[in-house]
Amino acid sequence: MVKKLLVANRGEIACRILSTARKLGVPTVAVFSEADRRAKHVELADESFCIGAAAARDSYLRGDAILDAARRSGADAIHPGYGFLSENAAFAEACAAAGLAFVGPPAAAIRAMGDKSRAKEIMQAAGVPVVPGYHGEDQSEDRLLAEAARVGFPLLVKAVSGGGGKGMKLAAGPADLREAIASARREALASFNDDRLLLERYVLRPRHVEVQVFADGHGGAVYLFDRDCSVQRRHQKIIEEAPAPGLPDEFHRLIGEAAVRAARAVGYRNAGTVEFIVDTDADAAAGQQQFYFMEMNTRLQVEHPVSEAITGQDFVEWQLRVAAGGRLPRSQAQLAAVGHSFEARIYAESPRNNFLPGAGTVRRWRTPASAETFTNAAVRVDSGVREGDTVGTFYDPMIAKLVTHGPDRATALAALVAALRQTQVAGLPTNIPFLLRLAAHPDFAAATRSELTTAFIARHRDALLAPQPVPDEVAALAAVSRHLLAVRRQAEAEAAQGLAARLGPWSSGSSSASSGGAGSGGGGGGGAGSWRLWHSHRRTYSLRHPEGGAGGAEAAGAELHLALTVLGGGEFMVERTSSSLEAAAEAAAAAKAAAAVAHGHHKQHSTHKPPASPSSPSATAAATATAATAAAATPAGLRVRGASLSPDGGRVVAEVNGRRLEAAVLGSAAEDSGGGGGGGGVPMEHTLDLWLSDGEHFHFTWPEPTWSRKAGAGGGTAGGSVASPMPGRVVAVMVAEGDAVSAGAPLVALEAMKMEHRVTAPRAGVVESVLAAPGLQVAQGQVLVVLRPEAKEAGAKEARPGPGAKAAGAA
Amino acid sequence: TSHLRSSPFAPFPSSWRSVSSASNVLAPALDREVAANTATMSELLAHMGGLHAAARAGGGAVAIARHRSRHKMLPRERIDALIDEGSPFLELSPLAGRGLYGDDDVAGGGIVTGIGKVQGRLVAIVANDATVKGGTYYPITVKKHLRLQEVAAQCRLPCLYLVDSGGANLPRQADVFPDRDHFGRIFYNQARMSAAGIPQIAVVLGSCTAGGAYVPAMADECVIVRGNGTIFLGGPPLVKAATGEDVSAEDLGGADLHCSTSGVTDHYAQDEAHALAIARDIVAHLPLPPTASAAAAGAWQEPLYPGEELRGVVPADARRPFDVRAVLARLLDGSRLDEFKTNYGATLVTGFGSVYGQEVGVVANNGVLFSAAAQKGAHFVQLCAQRGVPLLFLQNITGFMVGRAAEAGGIAKDGAKMVRAVANADVPKVTVVIGGSFGAGNYGMCGRAYSPHFMYMWPNARIGVMGGEQAAGVLAQVEAEKHRRKGKQWAPEEEAKFRAAMTAAYDTQARPEYASARLWDDGCIDPADTRQVVGLSLAAATANVPRISTNSRFGPFRF
Repeated sequence: MVKKLLVANRGEIACRILSTARKLGVPTVAVFSEADRRAKHVELADESFCIGAAAARDSYLRGDAILDAARRSGADAIHPGYGFLSENAAFAEACAAAGLAFVGPPAAAIRAMGDKSRAKEIMQAAGVPVVPGYHGEDQSEDRLLAEAARVGFPLLVKAVSGGGGKGMKLAAGPADLREAIASARREALASFNDDRLLLERYVLRPRHVEVQVFADGHGGAVYLFDRDCSVQRRHQKIIEEAPAPGLPDEFHRLIGEAAVRAARAVGYRNAGTVEFIVDTDADAAAGQQQFYFMEMNTRLQVEHPVSEAITGQDFVEWQLRVAAGGRLPRSQAQLAAVGHSFEARIYAESPRNNFLPGAGTVRRWRTPASAETFTNAAVRVDSGVREGDTVGTFYDPMIAKLVTHGPDRATALAALVAALRQTQVAGLPTNIPFLLRLAAHPDFAAATRSELTTAFIARHRDALLAPQPVPDEVAALAAVSRHLLAVRRQAEAEAAQGLAARLGPWSSGSSSASSGGAGSGGGGGGGAGSWRLWHSHRRTYSLRHPEGGAGGAEAAGAELHLALTVLGGGEFMVERTSSSLEAAAEAAAAAKAAAAVAHGHHKQHSTHKPPASPSSPSATAAATATAATAAAATPAGLRVRGASLSPDGGRVVAEVNGRRLEAAVLGSAAEDSGGGGGGGGVPMEHTLDLWLSDGEHFHFTWPEPTWSRKAGAGGGTAGGSVASPMPGRVVAVMVAEGDAVSAGAPLVALEAMKMEHRVTAPRAGVVESVLAAPGLQVAQGQVLVVLRPEAKEAGAKEARPGPGAKAAGAA
Repeated sequence: TSHLRSSPFAPFPSSWRSVSSASNVLAPALDREVAANTATMSELLAHMGGLHAAARAGGGAVAIARHRSRHKMLPRERIDALIDEGSPFLELSPLAGRGLYGDDDVAGGGIVTGIGKVQGRLVAIVANDATVKGGTYYPITVKKHLRLQEVAAQCRLPCLYLVDSGGANLPRQADVFPDRDHFGRIFYNQARMSAAGIPQIAVVLGSCTAGGAYVPAMADECVIVRGNGTIFLGGPPLVKAATGEDVSAEDLGGADLHCSTSGVTDHYAQDEAHALAIARDIVAHLPLPPTASAAAAGAWQEPLYPGEELRGVVPADARRPFDVRAVLARLLDGSRLDEFKTNYGATLVTGFGSVYGQEVGVVANNGVLFSAAAQKGAHFVQLCAQRGVPLLFLQNITGFMVGRAAEAGGIAKDGAKMVRAVANADVPKVTVVIGGSFGAGNYGMCGRAYSPHFMYMWPNARIGVMGGEQAAGVLAQVEAEKHRRKGKQWAPEEEAKFRAAMTAAYDTQARPEYASARLWDDGCIDPADTRQVVGLSLAAATANVPRISTNSRFGPFRF
């Protein structure tokens, strides 16, 4: 057995490997980058070594530093995990040279499978089906036509030196072929100065099915059944399952045996995955699905837990035994697939914002209560983050895997949906809502042959990425939660300053000692709450709902305008307004009053009698006073009763329009809200997360404006500043101070997650200051550019829209 | 539902409540006509609600629209933005100015005043309402402004002036400018309060012309909003007339000038929201209130009976008496009152209780004041003064007893004892008129002239030297005497007309809206709000005071 294991990875896979090592009593060594000093995997290991700066190339990709850590710690084996150095043949050789066991295949096998065209040749020789095609030197048109007839249609005509889709043409049938060849040749010649072509069968509706294999150094090789990973977006797997559904038993055996042949053909050892394309259009009547070898992944894969679930094995344990020279723990005959398993990958990203990677501090991390970690269970969560961790953009945005196992596909899928609903993450955007829609999609549940293909997400994109509706009741709960959290934060500040006792009924969220009393009063306690003389306090909130409104690259989200009337004793009235409606109502009231003046009917002393209400004349008076504005905005508000926060502030309960709602709630942390009134600081974004008991998660934000106290500093409010949507590195600045820009004009280019993102002007204006320069590493929310509105009028910023102009016109 | 506060600073079992017996819990007894009483009160409340709604409408929709078009917030919106979210605002005298100037309607006196909480600190707030006569100072505006300063000085509350005013109302300068309690007193008060360590902060959100310029200039710190805020001794029209110089208001006294060149203002705000945010930041840097707290109450018990029932306490027929303990049972923590001298001078109820954990000495009328009751009152008030316990007066008093027996018994000197005790008791006092407040009863029960820290009236309350009918009777006798001396006959229908006119005049002038319009009180309140108003007032009067005085001095009591 391994004596001491070094894990050359980070995140969930490092944690996964470390936990099995611990279980087996193997001492462990972790390595970490400067960005991961306080990461979970460091904590799980017996000892740990810093191996360099945050960027992967300066740490996790530095074989020398890792080998050095192994030498210093006395480790005798290195597990590379997945990604980073896991498929680096040179590193595998370096390990061998240093006398360390590399927990993975021999370097030769990595090399053989790394060269895609060589791999295909080997597979063909070993009797593993590959996608039919023609790769010959004879480029005559006659030969190509003849080979095409052999390969079959539809087929792709590709430039040998091609890439990025250039010089690639699809021929649906023989009629298209000549034109496709001619066209591909022209493009290939122009683009690559090489007009050689190859032909390949085009799989119209491919499924991605892969087989888990294991081999030892004693000639043993088995398959641990197959997985379906068809649901992908941009070649990134999202939901995987095992076994691949809807296929005959015979198929599972055939594809498994083909995979074992593939592994043997390259002298494979340890865990590997052989990926196949399954042609769903193939003639099923022939009794067999057609499958073709695509490639082999010479490592443990992200989705290995689904295969662990159905086989009941611990693959990391297998890996360590094989790496230590042991035999495979089970023979093929001893292995059976039991039930069905799903895995959903939780990414820090915004699906509705073009799957833009997200980052931030994990402010909430709640997984299903019944979930186990890093071990087979009905519900399993493998994750590398904890509450309070910071997720940056240096590494892969996948933060966790949710795995369920059940007796059949339907049960496992239902469990997956339930588990997703019980997962609460805040502080950074995640794809959980997207996963939920995906997992709950009827076509996904049906898993029909025509549906379960790699095109699933593209085909259902509109439904999966549709804006999240906010029911009125939820909007009301959001407004009340925001209010209660604000009061609570103030109460905490007062308690911290020792003020609460002195303030008596003025203290925020003040309480009464017994609930036996009549207990009128607001704020959920016996204090005075938002008490006002002869009227009820009303405040308006604007909440941004990033998951609402139009999606896409702009991802504008939706804006909610809410008016909250505080009636005391945990009672509220919430109206959903629109700012324009409110302005219109005010303008109308002004016009009406102006008309009254003109006709000499203006009565200042009109002691209009509102309908007498013995229960609350104050509220009646307030209702009368605000009737002019409120009535025009929304005829009926929602009555909220018995609203309160739990003692720990983590749950909100309220009866909204007679319906009892309970939700887990999380507001911005108190320490986040230091800003305000400062000069040119980072605009503070407040957040409010609500998880309703049905699992629906609502995320709202609103900016806390910041202003400059400098004279003539222009626009000033947060509205004028353009902030970075994510952490990243500035690669280009397209504007200079004083430039006039139109709405949507690119301002700054950022590089994050190996992708370039453009930060654009939210509206037309003049660039007042540029606070970014190429090479600058910026935080999420950091102001990059400050824009000044073009309008000359001073002071005309975030203030209310001016109904006065309309009123004057009406008067 | 209520949650127990769990604070590391949890005070001692705060008050007498936890150690006192259960026998001090008041009975729930209400008047037998509670339904009729409540119905009558509902009408009064609807009437009052209407008056207050009209006052809150300020200068009306047109003026408000014009105001908004300048990107200005209304005064109460400014206050809402200034104070802590979810905290109360104790507005004072919202009906000020009502009906004082004939057709010239000065809603709320053109100014909103009150006490609010900013960054956990209680502050006094004055906000001009520019929608009412351009925010200019009518006599009542000055009076209301000065009253708020008086409250601030008495309670040591930092003052925040949200300035948006055209200065003195020029046509009425004679009633606004020259006298002691006129415009100049505002700045005198600022200077004196500042010297006494009570912070003075001005936020210039509109114009500060002429005298108004001294509000920010006299402030310890001031904020000005660009565009709308201007400060100058003479506005552009005056400058043009005096020197012929053509200058814009902005150039003459805008934010840029005053923050960059003149140094008149200290903080430059980009807009109103910014100005108010700066004001909050300024308050956050003020020293914390003194820690030695008399009221170390962290938790309290709500009354056992709902406050809404106070709307049914007062009999619809004003002449029928009611037991004031029914009010106290809905006002005091846990409905507990430790009565003092229960059986002596029983027409005055005295005793100790607490409101939101603040210990308080209650002096409440339960009928006409006889000598014994007056002596009891004087004794109890002295007791509170010596112990430093705030006083709560509940007025429902037709006066001290009259008649031969009473006079012979020395009611005048006994009444004087009570008046002397009340006048000299150097503790916070809150007065609520829950019924009548007539004659010398008003004095003994800490009426306006006795400078209670706060004074409120219920909608049914009446205040005057005597009741309308009695006054008409007295005046009719005097008038009849005049007729007799002149040898004339006073026709009975003439006399009836005279009596009716007198009664009507007295009744009108005795009403709370009449009193509130003139600032004889600090506002009319819904009986259901009494506990909150009294609690907020008591807390405001004590929170910033290092220690309630126990050194009251009294002159010689007449025995």
